Amino acid sequence: MISQLITQWLKHIDSFLMASLFFTLMIGLFVLYSASGQDLSRVYAQGVNIIVALSFMWAAANIAPNQLERIALPLYVLAVLLLIAVELFGSISHGAQRWLNLGFTKIQPSEVMRIAMPMMLAWYFSKQESKPVMTDFVFAGLFLVVPVALIMKQPDLGTALLITASGFYVLFLAGLSWKLLVGSALAFAASTPILWSMLHDYQRRRIEILFDPTQDPLGSGYHTIQAIIAIGSGGAVGKGWLNGTQAQLDFIPERTTDFIFAVFSEEFGLLGNVLLVGLFSLIVLRGLMIAHQAQTTFGRLLAGSISLTFFTYAFVNMGMVSGILPIVGVPLPLISYGGTSMVMLCLSLGILMSIETHKKLVAT
Amino acid sequence: MAAELKNYQHEQYYFRLRLGFTAFVVLGLFGLLLFRFSYLQIKQYGHYQTLAENNRISLLPVVANRGLILDKNGLVLAHNFFVYTLEITPAKVDNLEATIAQLGQLVEISKLDRKRFNKLQSESRNFESIPIRTHLNELEAARFAVNHYRFPGVEIKSRLFRHYPLGKLGSHMIGYIGRINDSDIVNLEKSGDLSNYKGSDHVGKSGVEQFYEHQLHGKTGFQQVETDADGRAVRVISSTSPVSGSNLVLSIDSKLQEIAETAFGERRGALVAINPKTGEILAYVSQPSFDPNLFVDGIDMDNWKLLNESLDKPLVNRPIRGIYPPGSTFKPFVAMAGLENAKRTPPFSIHDPGYYSLGNSSHHYRDWKPGGHGMVDMQRAITVSCDTFFYGLALDLGIEKLTEFVRHFGFGEKSGVDIQGENGGLLPTPAWKMRRYKQPWYQGETVIVGIGQGYTLVTPMQLAQATATLANNGVAMKPHLVMKIQNPMTAESQLIAPLVQDKMSLKPENIAIVKQGMIDVTLPGGTAASVGANASYAIAAKTGTAQVIGIKQNAKYDTSAINERHRDHALFIAYAPANDPSIALAVIVENGGHGGSSAGPIARKVMDYYLLGQLPAVEATKELKKILTPPHAIEEELHD
Repeated sequence: MISQLITQWLKHIDSFLMASLFFTLMIGLFVLYSASGQDLSRVYAQGVNIIVALSFMWAAANIAPNQLERIALPLYVLAVLLLIAVELFGSISHGAQRWLNLGFTKIQPSEVMRIAMPMMLAWYFSKQESKPVMTDFVFAGLFLVVPVALIMKQPDLGTALLITASGFYVLFLAGLSWKLLVGSALAFAASTPILWSMLHDYQRRRIEILFDPTQDPLGSGYHTIQAIIAIGSGGAVGKGWLNGTQAQLDFIPERTTDFIFAVFSEEFGLLGNVLLVGLFSLIVLRGLMIAHQAQTTFGRLLAGSISLTFFTYAFVNMGMVSGILPIVGVPLPLISYGGTSMVMLCLSLGILMSIETHKKLVAT
Repeated sequence: MAAELKNYQHEQYYFRLRLGFTAFVVLGLFGLLLFRFSYLQIKQYGHYQTLAENNRISLLPVVANRGLILDKNGLVLAHNFFVYTLEITPAKVDNLEATIAQLGQLVEISKLDRKRFNKLQSESRNFESIPIRTHLNELEAARFAVNHYRFPGVEIKSRLFRHYPLGKLGSHMIGYIGRINDSDIVNLEKSGDLSNYKGSDHVGKSGVEQFYEHQLHGKTGFQQVETDADGRAVRVISSTSPVSGSNLVLSIDSKLQEIAETAFGERRGALVAINPKTGEILAYVSQPSFDPNLFVDGIDMDNWKLLNESLDKPLVNRPIRGIYPPGSTFKPFVAMAGLENAKRTPPFSIHDPGYYSLGNSSHHYRDWKPGGHGMVDMQRAITVSCDTFFYGLALDLGIEKLTEFVRHFGFGEKSGVDIQGENGGLLPTPAWKMRRYKQPWYQGETVIVGIGQGYTLVTPMQLAQATATLANNGVAMKPHLVMKIQNPMTAESQLIAPLVQDKMSLKPENIAIVKQGMIDVTLPGGTAASVGANASYAIAAKTGTAQVIGIKQNAKYDTSAINERHRDHALFIAYAPANDPSIALAVIVENGGHGGSSAGPIARKVMDYYLLGQLPAVEATKELKKILTPPHAIEEELHD
């Protein structure tokens, strides 16, 4: 009786995805304990974040994809309006205008856009009767560019990049022509100087120092250098949990959030890195498999975009911490401390589960 | 309908193709990451391991406790105590003025503190931590601690401070420590001690604090500590304890020192008392004095100006830096030269007409006593300080023989006392004059050397040392202030053994003549009869007067001061008890006029306390002097 109830409750949870997710979250809590300087209250707070996030995941998994398809457009419109509202009335903190004060709570519309964007584009392509043509991609491109421009203006480079990526994946999977792809890549290269001029000073500096962190060892290069020292000194098997000197003695900046990977890597070494990259690979590949098996265009495109966006998160974060990508504020998925990113990630994984577990129902 | 279905399948096919492509890219990029990780963690592991260790571990010096300075009875003359200081590292502070102003609202920062800070700041490097306030009390320290977060670059430190509890007493011999400056660094580098000064802020600047710096400083210990990113020590990994500096025990008795200094009153001058048998210095006075505590954490501009520009020159270490003509105090030593060179063998005597003239000249070298002393032999010549007798003796000896002999008493040479910066004085010779002035030596110059005038210059230290050597029958003991060096941990101490510096083989009968002459000086009829009055022990002494040559006229000085400062210096040498001397001393009172009346009483007070443990009754001695001073005891030397 009870086991039946539980099975009923969990019937939209993908066990493979759930297992990988759970294992990764557990690693995250252990790393956070170490990174926070053995601050249990941080771990509890993150535990609460996880419970909230898993609830969102469960809820999303229980919503049928066709219902998601229905709310895609309204959600997108709402997100764009909120972004415009931020531009007009948003509150500023740390030099960036990202938050919208609703009186009772503060929300970050760019986070809403993270989920609204792939849904909107997947919906757009799925409602096309015929094979998408050039004009479809132009429209889709506009849907993508407008909110991204608004977010970049806040400025929030990390989120803008990730939303661009999630939208681009939909376009790519929807069949964006290779010619156009290569063409736009060339166009991008040509427009680099213009983009460069649009970047904020601190962003430019970050990019410059990416190529040579030693340029500014005590300033902006310091973070990267200390993170790389942490990773390198971890060696093959790491210094052991709670024993990372770079981490425990505060040499690693932002060590519970964006740079938590350096803490993990120092304490668990290459062995730990292989395990973590392995876990992320399992999640991404499982997501791609769900996309592969999805029965509707909307489900396919959305599942593909979610999986690849998840990959982008992991890759950009580990790449920036290990010094092969510029420092953009992207947290390490499922590990970094923070509620918003945890909820958004689990929500998107919940959508993956929904696409997977609702497909037979659609088929019948 | 069929076309659409086909289209759908087509679409799915292309979708899966693209999906496969992305999976390939995902794995490729993850592979790239793993490649990057293995490069960092395997290939470059050693490099980053070293960097991480360098980050983590730093070597912190642990400064050793500086040795104490004690007097012979164990009274503390210099010690250390912990105080809280509020320190600013200028390089870490954006707006120094604003920061100091804000600090001033938390703890009191006086004008003097500001001035001292400005002076220290101009002397040190920007990244050094400089005290803005010292001696914070608990309340002030706590008040700052609460507000610490508002003041990056400002720290409360607990520092060992040097303190001289007796203040002005004996400050020239004890000396003081001060903050290490660039020239100290050069000196420490030369002596190879620099590495031992990591973490030390202070170094001995004068007196025994400077001379025994090596022994006092101790050996700096080290701690290997784990530091966090802000450089704060988190954990000690290993440590080497510092070795405390040795304590110095001086041969000075503070009470005797105090009596000697008090005896000077407001007068300027110097006194050195030595135990003739051991060379131990018993009192070392330079007046006026200064408070060495002012220098420890950097003296402020106002006090520095006050001390440095004072007409009284309180910073000059007179016993070793002050050079004066010895005047008649030189006569006993010239007498020894005459006797030992057999130029004046008893019962040789002269009739003193009140002047002396060279055979080929009509120029008269006058005696201080108009009309002369009548018949005088060697012994009486000393007692009455007969100039005529010594004019002739100097000439008969010749300048070469004279200076060669008295050099053995330590004139013209540094005494080797354990304080740096000693002046060697001057014993003139024809060769010296030729070098210095490119002029030949004149006979007349020899004549006046006989009474301690002319070019001859001595320090009070040299004069005391010569007196001690004479008292000790020609055996010169190396003078020293430090009696023993004590290890504070084991309480083992190393005694500074008496060291014979020079040994003259003087004939006992010659010594007896000179000594008797000096004993008679303090008896009725002698030039210092008042000094010996009512003494329960025999005193051998000699008075002297020296013309002022040091102070030049300067428009800045006011006239009354100039007049006072152009009076002669009063000199006095003595030893006692005369039959078995245990104290020998030299006193100089600048512009004191007459040696017997101004310098002599100071010497008497010192000897009374040293030999009898008798405290001077100020009023009583004054009364005695009035009654007992015979008119002829007032010495007056005349010079041409």
